[in-house]
Amino acid sequence: MNIQQNTVSENNFEQCIKCTICTVYCPVAAVNPDYPGPKQAGPDGERLRLKQPGFFDSALKYCLNCKRCEVACPSNVRIGDIIQSARIKYGPRKNTSLRNFVLANTDLVGSLATPFAPVVNSVVALKPVRFMMDKVMAIDHRRVFPKYAHGTFTSWYNKHAAAAQAAFPKQVSYFHGCYVNYNNPQLGKDLIRIMNALGYGVRLLDREKCCGVALISNGLYNQARRQAKINLKSIREAVTDRDLDVITTSSTCTFTLRDEYPHLLELQNDDVRDRIELATRYLYRLIRSGQGNLKFKEGAPLRVAYHTPCHMEKMGWANYSIELLRMIPGVELVVLDSQCCGIAGTYGFKKENYRTSQAVGESLFRQIEESGADVVATDCETCKWQIEMSTSKPCEHPLTILASRLA
Amino acid sequence: MKFDVVIIGGGLAGMVCGIRLAEAGKKCAIVSQGQSAIHFSSGSFDLLGRMPDGTEVSDPIAAMAELGKIAPEHPYAIMGEKFCAEHLQQAPEILRSAGISVSGDCRKNHFRITPMGKMKPTWLTIDGYLTTASSERLPFEKVCIINVEGFLDFYPEFIAEEFRKQGVVCNFGTINLPDLERIRRNPSEMRSVNIARVFDREENLEVLAAKIREMASGCEAVILPAIIGIGRDDAFDVLKSKVNTPLYLLPTLPPSIPGIKAQQALQHRFRSLGGEYFLGDTVLSAEWKDGRVKELFTANHGDIPFRADHFVLATGSFFSKGLVATPDRIVEPVFGADTVFTPDRAEWYTLRFFDRQNYQAFGVRTDRSLRVVKEGVPIENLYCAGAGLAGFHPVQEGCGAGVSLLSALFVADRILKGE
Repeated sequence: MNIQQNTVSENNFEQCIKCTICTVYCPVAAVNPDYPGPKQAGPDGERLRLKQPGFFDSALKYCLNCKRCEVACPSNVRIGDIIQSARIKYGPRKNTSLRNFVLANTDLVGSLATPFAPVVNSVVALKPVRFMMDKVMAIDHRRVFPKYAHGTFTSWYNKHAAAAQAAFPKQVSYFHGCYVNYNNPQLGKDLIRIMNALGYGVRLLDREKCCGVALISNGLYNQARRQAKINLKSIREAVTDRDLDVITTSSTCTFTLRDEYPHLLELQNDDVRDRIELATRYLYRLIRSGQGNLKFKEGAPLRVAYHTPCHMEKMGWANYSIELLRMIPGVELVVLDSQCCGIAGTYGFKKENYRTSQAVGESLFRQIEESGADVVATDCETCKWQIEMSTSKPCEHPLTILASRLA
Repeated sequence: MKFDVVIIGGGLAGMVCGIRLAEAGKKCAIVSQGQSAIHFSSGSFDLLGRMPDGTEVSDPIAAMAELGKIAPEHPYAIMGEKFCAEHLQQAPEILRSAGISVSGDCRKNHFRITPMGKMKPTWLTIDGYLTTASSERLPFEKVCIINVEGFLDFYPEFIAEEFRKQGVVCNFGTINLPDLERIRRNPSEMRSVNIARVFDREENLEVLAAKIREMASGCEAVILPAIIGIGRDDAFDVLKSKVNTPLYLLPTLPPSIPGIKAQQALQHRFRSLGGEYFLGDTVLSAEWKDGRVKELFTANHGDIPFRADHFVLATGSFFSKGLVATPDRIVEPVFGADTVFTPDRAEWYTLRFFDRQNYQAFGVRTDRSLRVVKEGVPIENLYCAGAGLAGFHPVQEGCGAGVSLLSALFVADRILKGE
């Protein structure tokens, strides 16, 4: 009999030996004394909550779900999952302010905003509007809003790309996510250009919803689960029915689809999980296994600083993006210390978190300024917003840089 | 992913081995399941403090010759007195090149002071920590031991009790600050790291210096717990410059500030030499070919393997699950390597915690080149370094860091010589 096997809990919480290493690497505990840190909020608090749910501590809302505690843990305890699951299980039922609803519904707000993008972008940039949003909705007035694109990626794709993409003999499915659809269709176009250069056509899923990461962090769990089911159905159609891999360009979407669905939303995805991956990893595999090759043009020297987003760190995949960038002639790569930029999706937009958010990112911003880089590269859209707002450097997706150098 | 060497485990042994190989131009990766036991460091690196019978060691190199006769399976004996003696300069150089400034002499142990005030023989100590040349005499006769109010991982009374045995007069002082009050709201998280972050702020360091000056009056020295300098490296020097009484640090219970700083320094050094560091990943399986390890598969990287010419098993001992004890045997979980242990479980440990415990000497079976043995056969390109080795008692003999450092260099040496 394997005694250990029978006592191991879902999140491995009884494996915690109270070494406190997680708290050392928690970006929030380092700057916000209201947050008790991952050990206390996670496995320690869980023992109390299991006895008496009333021990739920509202300070758990300060966790920004970066999972750096899990990466640091020497005992494989899923500390971040314990904390987020506790919020779902024991946290307040009605957690939805208008503000949280707006921030969390990236899909809905994006479809409303994109037809009027020029107007929306100018209006939300106005000082009085930002002041109003601050006062009425508690969205911090110092936060710079990401710009909406005029027209979505999907409408462009359906009108201008679908037919040509279907003509490629090899195909891959693309989960574009809200950012590409509403804010940066160019990134989706860059991906298509790169995949086409390798002989692959890019098709969209039959039906795609926001991955749900913002819904989860804003307490809209039922909606998150509904959307996740729709996504899983589409992913299964791609993987099982058509034998296509599903790639994404956002590290957080990838992480949510692969790991947060089973761990937090209790939706099993074992049958398709290995077929969902980040585009940079997919490209790395194709190129390194000799199944494809990219031709680059000679470009001016470009110093690129790579920032590892938290969910990328958790997946352990930063190396693939870094290696791809290194393949580009003329690119000189600096790898920044892996640390949280502080925005954590919608977290940094909230008035009550603004200070924490900027304090968490401070040393990263300093490192970026000192790096001498022309451009910062990262696989996460919200890190990009934070870096562009808080430093003097532009920030791009690695594939955008790569596509700009294709021959 | 293709490397020259893949090292499993990012603790002291894995990191030093990686640094040595990277310095020699090898492309290395370290795969580590989480942060390592360096986070529990005392601020010192022991080489050999006691012989197996408990006799205190003064000259570790001389004692190694004797140890080789008594304990031929000890890693020092396997590596050989000659190798050890030759490489005892290289180890501190590697630490220093990473920015960890250590002092000590491999021909003469000095004494470090534990968080309980006990004196233990050691080899290298990070600068700033209290040491003494003789266990009979402290470098002062009247000292002020300062603690932070509400800090539970440092015990001035215990320390004073030990110091008084040597006739040292001990004064006490406590520090409190508004910023410390804020972190005290979570009393169980009032730990060294959180406190050190308070003193990373210039204004708090200034107040601390003023309070120390006040409390130190009439004392020859001041002792502080290691709660200085997590975010900035110069905090302790700045503090010293503001206090005219000699200032010493003593280690606290974990997490250990000197340990965290050492870990980060080593990792930084490894990466600056071109090493790739994969944290938070677990090796799940290995592919073999002709008695050699061909590639490793991990939890994070799925179907993309880590390929290398050589592999190093530096996964540590029981704490980091490099070794796992089942009811009847000791298992090495990554490769299923052969392990050294006594079959009768009753002999694994005694009921007296501080006794020499047999389980501490259990470990991975290796040949005389520290190659891992599986099913009785040494694997050509798989070496073992660090705490997972068999045949030594890191706590009782005070040799844990020495075995990690020297075995890391030994294995790197073998790989570089192409054995």
